Amino acid sequence: MSQTVTATRVLSYLEDGKTLRSWLLTTDHKRIAILYALSITVFFFIGGTAAALIRYNLVTPQGALPSAETYNRLFTMHGVIMVWFFLVPAAPVTIGNFIIPLMIGARDLAFPKINLMSWYLFMAGGACALYALFAGGVDTGWTFYAPLSSNYAQGHVVAVVAGIFISGFSTIATGLNFVVTIHRLRAPGLTWYRLPVFIWSFYATSVIFLLATPVLAITLILLSFERIFHVGVFDPRIGGDPLLFQHMFWFYSHPAVYIMVLPGMGIVSQIIPCFSRKELFGYKFVVWCSVAIAVIGFFVWGHHMFVSGQSPYASIVFSLLSYFVAVPSAIKVFNWLGTMHKGRIHFNAPMIYALGFVGLFTSGGLTGLFLAALAADVHLHDTYFVIAHFHFIMVGGMVSAYFAALHFWWPKITGRMYPETIARGAALLMFLGFNFTFLPQYILGYLGMPRRYHSYPPEFQVLNVLSSAGASILAVAYVLPLFYLGWSLFRGERAPRNPWRATGLEWTTDSPPITRNFLVVPTVTSGPYDYADPHTKLADV
Amino acid sequence: MSENVAPHTHFQYEDARHQADSAIAGMWLFLATEVLFFGGLILAWIFCRHWNPEGFAAGAKESVLWIGTVNLALLITSSFVYGLGQAAIEAGRVRMLIWCCLLTAGIGVVFLGLKLLEWHVDLDENLWPAGPFKLHGAEADGGRLFWIFYFVATGLHAVHMLVGIVAVCWIALRARRAEFTADWHTPVTVVGLYWSFVDMVWIVLYPLIYVVGRLS
Repeated sequence: MSQTVTATRVLSYLEDGKTLRSWLLTTDHKRIAILYALSITVFFFIGGTAAALIRYNLVTPQGALPSAETYNRLFTMHGVIMVWFFLVPAAPVTIGNFIIPLMIGARDLAFPKINLMSWYLFMAGGACALYALFAGGVDTGWTFYAPLSSNYAQGHVVAVVAGIFISGFSTIATGLNFVVTIHRLRAPGLTWYRLPVFIWSFYATSVIFLLATPVLAITLILLSFERIFHVGVFDPRIGGDPLLFQHMFWFYSHPAVYIMVLPGMGIVSQIIPCFSRKELFGYKFVVWCSVAIAVIGFFVWGHHMFVSGQSPYASIVFSLLSYFVAVPSAIKVFNWLGTMHKGRIHFNAPMIYALGFVGLFTSGGLTGLFLAALAADVHLHDTYFVIAHFHFIMVGGMVSAYFAALHFWWPKITGRMYPETIARGAALLMFLGFNFTFLPQYILGYLGMPRRYHSYPPEFQVLNVLSSAGASILAVAYVLPLFYLGWSLFRGERAPRNPWRATGLEWTTDSPPITRNFLVVPTVTSGPYDYADPHTKLADV
Repeated sequence: MSENVAPHTHFQYEDARHQADSAIAGMWLFLATEVLFFGGLILAWIFCRHWNPEGFAAGAKESVLWIGTVNLALLITSSFVYGLGQAAIEAGRVRMLIWCCLLTAGIGVVFLGLKLLEWHVDLDENLWPAGPFKLHGAEADGGRLFWIFYFVATGLHAVHMLVGIVAVCWIALRARRAEFTADWHTPVTVVGLYWSFVDMVWIVLYPLIYVVGRLS
């Protein structure tokens, strides 16, 4: 380690090695998080571009894009990229990778080399998928239902599926690393009930990674076999069952919804207490609700298949269980509100994003109950109501939470403060743009407009134009942070160790942290949300 | 690269024991994902079999029982031999470990050789499900389904075997470099867990492929 700067100062992780090699072969969890952050940002904007073209097409009833085929390939590309190359990995591999070891007082993850390997797997999978999507794409939708995907679809199904398969191993590696790290590398005194909810949430997410992803892997192998050899176990012509594909696919993909949203819940559980200057209300309830969501989430997949012809008795059970999973989610929302009650609320950008998460997640969650109801789902299935519902959770909820985390920990990650005023503006704009885009889609779906159609009857045009107009606002809100966060890297004010006067071990080390995180491993003697003095001033920028 | 505070111990761990326990926990978790991986396949297999019992039975009767059985015996023996190696290194006997690893890997190679022979026989008998298929009539469709599962399952198992053989050879190589002692031999334990798991997968696949169909 170079000692030329000063005799006492230890180099931060950003300064400890300047070559490209020192980044590409790093085993430092913080640097790997940065590599991941850059990669998923690229994927986010590729997926976002596809979304923009979808909204452009839907401005006119006959469809602005030249062919329905192109449109099908676009929405498939949007879904595949956004689900597997942005939403599923986004928060765990960037924010989680960076923050988890810092938050539990560890010097790195349990398996640093596996962590680096997971990034290379992710990039290999991403390259496979991108190659396929740009070589002509796939028109099956992100769900790859057999026998469409296996026997009839045009395009590069096998290459996209291979990309998803490979990236699945990267998320398994990440989940495995997190579980072992959280079990084995907590600082002295950091008992389970002293862990921040953030850690519990990412733990629950990791367990889902481990238990659900392998099932997707085997499903995709069986699908690829059928695609390549034109004979397979999902083929009804030889006694196979296409519904079996749906069951196996959703056994992964429904828990994957919780992979996407549980990290968001963990993030806002850190931010809301900090900016309310109050302890998290009902800590143990929030903790066990995270676990409950992860567990119950494994038993509700059949609610995607109410109109598929599965047994009505199965549907009744799946419907009931889907209601059950709403209970822990609702408990959490009340806990966040309870935390803010009589708190001293500061509307900094992370808090605005976090509040956006709570509101949009609640809307998405409540409309989920409509879809869990058997009779209502027959009407709403495969309409824009479903699109609006899951975008409220995934995009309104999770992407807001991701941006909340990015702003909240930005000073820790980069050592610079972001410009507060414009960040608040961007946060508000994102909330407005989001509602503008997706509220009309609830109505469209209720009126009966089906998803995945290139054209639509003229009476739906006004609502579609509203939605597309909203999407353009949303696009601005997503691009803005690129500029001001990028600017802050060079011109932002130097961040102190703990700009938000937040609790948590990550705020006790330097900003940006040194390579080994802590000079002396900290010892923990109190709970995670010790906001005793509500009148502490935030270092407002 | 990470500096070591003690031989083999990375800086995020308190001591070698702490690191060893974590590595073993990591392998157990990985094996849990493998259970779900093969579990999904076996569940789909049993589901399809339930709806096509005659076809699956007819298909299974075409499998080469003696190769499957010999392979079963080989794999169980290999796990036993590797276990001897583990016991040896716990007593500090490095040479014995090396020999056990080589024998284990050798048995693995014989397993794969027999597997290749079996595939060759299967293809000769027109049992590849996508080709002109051996079975006809009412049993043809279920038979094809059985052989799809057969080739997917044995193919995936063979890939796991290949990984296992490389891993066991790597252990032998490291043992030869005198890296393992009675006090520190975590990689030996971790690879052993993996090898035993791959063995166990075969123990589950064996009745599914060779036995159940012959009994019905």
